[in-house]
Amino acid sequence: MSALLEVEGLKTWFPVRSPLLRRTVGRIRAVDGVRLKVEAGRTLGLVGESGCGKSTLGRTIVRLLEPTEGEIRIDGIDVTRARGRDLLAMRRRVQMVFQDPYASLNPRLRVGDAIGEPLDIHRLVRSRGEKHDRVAALLDKVGLGAEAMDRYPHEFSGGQRQRIGIARALVLNPELLVADEPVSALDVSVQAQVINLMRDLQRDFNLGYLFIAHDLSVVRHISDDVAIMYLGRIVETGPKTKLFAMPRHPYTRGLLLSVPVPDPTRRRGAHAPLAGGLPNPADPPPGCTFHPRCPYATEICRLERPELRPLGDGQTAACHHAEEVAASGRAV
Amino acid sequence: MSTPAERPLLAVESLQVGIRSARGTFLAIEEVGFALDEGEVLGLVGESGCGKSITALAVMGLLPQPVARITAGQVWFDGTDLAALTNEQMRHMRGDRLGMIFQEPMTSLNPVYRVGDQLVEALREHRPLGRGEAWREAVAMLDMVGIPAARDRASSYPHELSGGMRQRVMIAMALICRPKLLIADEPTTALDVSTQAQILDLLLSLKRELGMAILMITHDLGVVAEVADRVAVMYAGRIVETADVFELFRAPRHPYTDALLRSIPRLDSELDRLVTIEGTVASPLERPSGCSFRDRCPRARPRCAEAVPPLGELAPGHRARCYFPVEAPAPQAERV
Amino acid sequence: MSAVREFLVPFGQRKVAAFGLAFLVLVLVAALLAPWIAPYDPQQIDAIDRLAPPSAEHWFGTDHAGRDLFSRVIYGARMALLTGAGVVAIALIFGVLLGTLSAYFPTLGMVLMRIVDVLMGVPALLLALALVVILGKGLFNSMIAVGAIYVTTTARITYGLTRKIAAETYIEAVTSLGAGHWRIIRRHILPNLLSPLMVQATFIFAFAQLSAASLDFLGLGLPPDVPSWGNMIAETTRYITRAPGLLMFPGAAIILTVFSLNLVGDVLRDRLDPRFKDDLAK
Repeated sequence: MSALLEVEGLKTWFPVRSPLLRRTVGRIRAVDGVRLKVEAGRTLGLVGESGCGKSTLGRTIVRLLEPTEGEIRIDGIDVTRARGRDLLAMRRRVQMVFQDPYASLNPRLRVGDAIGEPLDIHRLVRSRGEKHDRVAALLDKVGLGAEAMDRYPHEFSGGQRQRIGIARALVLNPELLVADEPVSALDVSVQAQVINLMRDLQRDFNLGYLFIAHDLSVVRHISDDVAIMYLGRIVETGPKTKLFAMPRHPYTRGLLLSVPVPDPTRRRGAHAPLAGGLPNPADPPPGCTFHPRCPYATEICRLERPELRPLGDGQTAACHHAEEVAASGRAV
Repeated sequence: MSTPAERPLLAVESLQVGIRSARGTFLAIEEVGFALDEGEVLGLVGESGCGKSITALAVMGLLPQPVARITAGQVWFDGTDLAALTNEQMRHMRGDRLGMIFQEPMTSLNPVYRVGDQLVEALREHRPLGRGEAWREAVAMLDMVGIPAARDRASSYPHELSGGMRQRVMIAMALICRPKLLIADEPTTALDVSTQAQILDLLLSLKRELGMAILMITHDLGVVAEVADRVAVMYAGRIVETADVFELFRAPRHPYTDALLRSIPRLDSELDRLVTIEGTVASPLERPSGCSFRDRCPRARPRCAEAVPPLGELAPGHRARCYFPVEAPAPQAERV
Repeated sequence: MSAVREFLVPFGQRKVAAFGLAFLVLVLVAALLAPWIAPYDPQQIDAIDRLAPPSAEHWFGTDHAGRDLFSRVIYGARMALLTGAGVVAIALIFGVLLGTLSAYFPTLGMVLMRIVDVLMGVPALLLALALVVILGKGLFNSMIAVGAIYVTTTARITYGLTRKIAAETYIEAVTSLGAGHWRIIRRHILPNLLSPLMVQATFIFAFAQLSAASLDFLGLGLPPDVPSWGNMIAETTRYITRAPGLLMFPGAAIILTVFSLNLVGDVLRDRLDPRFKDDLAK
């Protein structure tokens, strides 16, 4: 029984060209060997900071970007190099929700037309009445009435626009949604509404989610499993509660310790857990790419790049000192 | 005449800001009042559209005239009413005694000048220093904000630095004249969580070193819990609650504060489903009569529509603008 | 109808622009109703009453062939609008075609845009003259000649705009939904080009007047008797001292029309800029 989404050894590299002659002088390894799995009806939260490649990964899976290497399988079917009809078929099964609700809808298109367009593209309806009904049903489902159909995006708030974007992603009845920071651009109180909506939809349609985010608190609320990404690679995975309670990778631990908790009695105090910044993706450090910032780093970390290894309880981590990290006590 | 240590450093009183738009004039800020003591960190919290950024701009005299202006109230800073000053007079205050940092560092950094030069310019605007001396000060400041190899970095251009570093440079520019008050408008919202932790640490350590007060404007309650001494919550152009930070999180009294605290996703909570606040913030042109939160408030009663509730003192140092505030929980033992 | 009202609001705010709009309406009315408004037949020659100054009978006076200048100016509005419309149509159709295809298909675009660059290096009027030499004179050919000048600028503008639009998130979204190139260009890119191109159109219309008048003046545009403002100016060079009105009235017509078009274009451009952008009081 294969998972809904399986990604194996995925790489997306971008050439760096010299300005004049456009020769390739280097490569940015935005996604540098990723393996992950999403099951139907479950959410994998993919967490990382800006520059880690999570958005690139999301776009590659949806084939907005072409993978340089690796495999993407939907329900066991290899769609990595799908073209034409096969690509169109894949698009019916995998859809994307975008981060910016103000930019992801064509301002000139009425809401009903925007949501109904995929039905035209894939020729899934035979009459305007049928299209109208399907769109109206979806608008109802996402909490906006059918009256929204004749209005333009600019008449709606950010949270409402995001709902429209979700409706548009669902109109083809996909099995997998890749959500790229879907609530990051929304107000705090609106975030809660959209997160709740997404959970309800997941339950109703048995959707699988690849939920990409940088906000650990949000990820905690919507994910079943979590994967942490750093400089193009997954450095840790595991079931949510276990990963948050006992992280095995120093970066995960650092991230968790950095999040300001809305409770002044639990102030972190001085000493930010993670010093420095992300290394240059075109010229990453040798060995473990995290070692320059790592409080647990030793000689081996500089020489040998750790692979993701299973550590029991469904957790994996790419660290030579994972056991030591696990023993360091609670991070949350 | 009160001594400087007794009166607050910044006291905003009954501030009102009007904005002229294509659809008519409206009040972005209906009535805002708060005080900030020397060396204190006040967190001004609210969601987008509540007017917190406008408050900051009003204090700094940076409202986009003539579209927006202070229509009532005073802004007392160290004994002077900033609202009554001319643009020229405000210009002398800005950068010297009042500093401000913004969400997007690139907006205050000119891409065609070196970072060190921009610091020098900020410094020499207010102090009679020679170029060499000013440059040394600039480097020292870059060092103080945690930029490695400050002497070399001072010769860099903004685009050569990372987001976190640019934010540090902006902080350096705002603080180079050692102002007594720093207004920080969402300074870490655009940063990663790891960089955010570094910048918050930096702001706190600078506060100690330079003895300055910080008005921290943010929508992130985690940030507020981390750095603030006191908190003021804003909604629809008014302050709806002020309290000591521990008190506010332990016992929120205004229904909005209460609902907000329950609706945010938290790393340390066990809840799976988030509690949401019904409805959305009304546009400033369509605010309801009386209490502007009543349309969304689970505790609203007819009285709430009659008149805007006053900011009443419910406990020492704790005020809330509500006729039917949330009950305070019994005092807890200190958490270990 | 509120769309019309919304359109007129900024003109209420700026009096000069309102004047511009009013003048254009005047020109339009003159052009449409010329046969009914003009007191005389514009081609009617009167050998006796030549070069007469303005009078009650001839409001603008008469030209060297005794024709009523006022009527000729009114009929001139027709030519002005016709030429303008023709030039704008040619410039937009070919310019947009060139620009969008170049932007959307980068390899093709590199070649096409370099050709456009070369053409833009040729001084506008020279280009028009060259085309007239090749094609011959007449209304249609002068429209093509002048239109060609503006095809290049329109192409460049469209190229830049299309590239910007193609990078927008909603284009990504509709691509991930399975939309093909043609659907994207037709349904998503072109409608978003509409507003900026409308602004561009008013400016092209304005400059077309000047270019067309220049061609007429050189005798390379319309046949000499056709009452266009450019022709009228051309005919009068010998008679300026005796009857300055022959130059002033058609000259003023051109200047005011161009001026009004520019004013309206400015207002349109300001209106269309960040119009539907995001929240109000952020």
